[in-house]
Amino acid sequence: MPAEPATAVPRPPARTASAPVLSGAEAVVRSLGLLGVTDVFGLPGGAIMPVYDPLMDDESVRHILVRHEQGAGHAAEGYAAASGRVGVAIATSGPGATNLVTAIADAYMDSVPIVCITGQVFSTLMGTDAFQEADIVGITMPITKHSFLVKTAEEIPGAIAAAFEIASTGRPGPVLVDITKDAQQAEVPFIWPPKIDLPGYRPVTKAHGKQIQAAAQLLAEAQKPVLYVGGGAIRSKASEELRTLAESTGAPVVTTLMARGAFPDSHPQHLGMPGMHGTVPAVLALQEADLIVALGARFDDRVTGKASQFAPHAKIVHVDIDPAEISKIRTADVPIVGDLRDVLVDLDAAFRVASPEKPDIAEWWSYLDGLRNEFPLGYSQPSDGLMSPQYVIQRIGELTGPEGIYAAGVGQHQMWAAQFIKYERPNAWLNSGGAGTMGYSVPAAMGAKVAEPDRVVWAIDGDGCFQMTNQELATCAINNIPIKVAIINNSSLGMVRQWQTLFFDGRHSHTDLNTGHGTVRIPDFVKLAEAYGCLALRVEKEEDVDAAIKTALETNDRPVVIDFVVSADAMVWPMVPQGVSNSYVQYARDHSPAFAEQED
Amino acid sequence: MSSHVLSLLVEDKPGLLTRVAGLFARRGFNIESLAVGVTEVPGLSRITVVVDVEDLPLEQVTKQLNKLVNVIKIVELDPAQSVQRDHVLVKVRADNATRSNLIEVVNLFRASVVDYAPDALVVEVTGDRGKVEAFLRAVEPFGVKELAQSGMLAIGRGGKSITERVLRG
Repeated sequence: MPAEPATAVPRPPARTASAPVLSGAEAVVRSLGLLGVTDVFGLPGGAIMPVYDPLMDDESVRHILVRHEQGAGHAAEGYAAASGRVGVAIATSGPGATNLVTAIADAYMDSVPIVCITGQVFSTLMGTDAFQEADIVGITMPITKHSFLVKTAEEIPGAIAAAFEIASTGRPGPVLVDITKDAQQAEVPFIWPPKIDLPGYRPVTKAHGKQIQAAAQLLAEAQKPVLYVGGGAIRSKASEELRTLAESTGAPVVTTLMARGAFPDSHPQHLGMPGMHGTVPAVLALQEADLIVALGARFDDRVTGKASQFAPHAKIVHVDIDPAEISKIRTADVPIVGDLRDVLVDLDAAFRVASPEKPDIAEWWSYLDGLRNEFPLGYSQPSDGLMSPQYVIQRIGELTGPEGIYAAGVGQHQMWAAQFIKYERPNAWLNSGGAGTMGYSVPAAMGAKVAEPDRVVWAIDGDGCFQMTNQELATCAINNIPIKVAIINNSSLGMVRQWQTLFFDGRHSHTDLNTGHGTVRIPDFVKLAEAYGCLALRVEKEEDVDAAIKTALETNDRPVVIDFVVSADAMVWPMVPQGVSNSYVQYARDHSPAFAEQED
Repeated sequence: MSSHVLSLLVEDKPGLLTRVAGLFARRGFNIESLAVGVTEVPGLSRITVVVDVEDLPLEQVTKQLNKLVNVIKIVELDPAQSVQRDHVLVKVRADNATRSNLIEVVNLFRASVVDYAPDALVVEVTGDRGKVEAFLRAVEPFGVKELAQSGMLAIGRGGKSITERVLRG
């Protein structure tokens, strides 16, 4: 059994001598309640109807009826990412279950702890192509951490408890529990706590002492160290411990797209985000380092650029709770398997022994500070007279502050939100990093607002993404989930358009969406949002941006949607073109740092 | 590329083989041979799989397999430290003119004839890969009509047992 008890699994009440007889469906709901679940997102259908009956008047579990199962899945993700608690989505068999697939894949890529409960046709009908039958366990095998097919009522409490255990411990991830309708209908004694027998599941949380010593030694000797922080720092709640190590070593810190907020942006040692659209100092710090300490990061291609040319002079210390991540892309000189928070405590202690005084890396810092001065994050005003999207996003961050939650869609607005909002705390920045799922934002923001009702929650969305999942505005309006949606409306699939401009001779093939300035505006986002019962605003001039954001911040009786009509020509910079070395980072179009060209 | 023999101790759960085989396919690894069967412990099965990969990707596939919740233990069996056997049933053309020559080859390899027909014999041969391959080369000139081959089975030499180790741990 895992060494650390799951935070999502509170101590259950003692087993009673006479177990109550419950239907499988009642057992589902009772199990969720006993596991501490307070909110679930779902949509009923034939094969899950028995579960919906006890859900109707259960007092401990609140069910939020979504408008599309994908919304339930992303809401569960947003709930989990904002709070650290396991998110739950419920759907029926067949298309209900397959509608969850995108969200499950998303949660798998970004290690989000969610449990999806799906109805399945009667066990006697399985395999006959019955109405609304789909082999959802088979379909989701490659994108779940684990899955259970439950055909008897007796197995239900154990499967659900095991699902929560697996989803929330080790490297978190999505777990599917598929329950046949006859298992939901059968009545059996409800035994709690159930016996969870997972002999093949033993996540390593405590790292090997010898490797910690070796890592500390490398940190003590390095002239050009970098702490490369990934999403694992957020999932293991390691921000405090990270800060301690960073300050002990004095090393520069970069936070990946998945780790924004794990280390305060205001901290003087923070160089920003690395990768394809990272800051020049962050990209080049990694590229020219002599030691990279990877902390819950996985050397994703969007971070490394061409992996064979990534950080050629660096030794690698790789800390991850998943042994399969270590040396997957880049061979680690010192592999450390363990829970990041525990490892950081041990590593800091070992470092203080190995290097009683702070190492002198002044020369490294003077180089990096030079880069910071020469290549700060910035943007130029669009030449077409329309608003700059970066300005809008930056003002949302500045007026809302670090206690807010920001859930982005995927594309240009996502990158700008990662760059121009300043994150000071973990779990404030939610996005679809690994899968890149357009449509994540609105339902994820909804889930985050349910988990953290006292926080301001923004969905920063694109006009393309917004059209994929905006039906959840109905869910938000009806269930009093007052999220705020900023549509960064550049009337196009902006990131694809940017690549077409740069790499396809400016041929903008099928990227115009006709939602913005000078178009037919289909749909009219203001009318659409009003139809959904939201407060809707349109902003076309920079001088009106602040007032609209303030109105949104003051409105809490319904969701707010602001249609920010921005220039379609704005691009995300800096950029490392795909498939080349990070030394070719471009600060803006056709402008790469001069020294980087000398490198090769 | 080089062949590696992996022995997986797994929970006997529905869909387990799909999980294992799917993982190999998804990560781009070719399975050369696969054998699945029960073990001496109820509820535990053993999968012997031969993969053709370099050492580094092998480490990756082993780690990925270890992440499957129903996989309890994985060991790589070194040919020098283990017994490895393939099992083949082969239907070879044999008439009155060639039968006795064929039986001579069968005897040389300590294989055995398990079925007779006027125009063919079914021969069973068990052995390590080299022996089985040599045997098949030897009978090939007679004319192979049909061939069924098992996945490799393998077990470590000596008194140690992977199931015992797992159950104790």
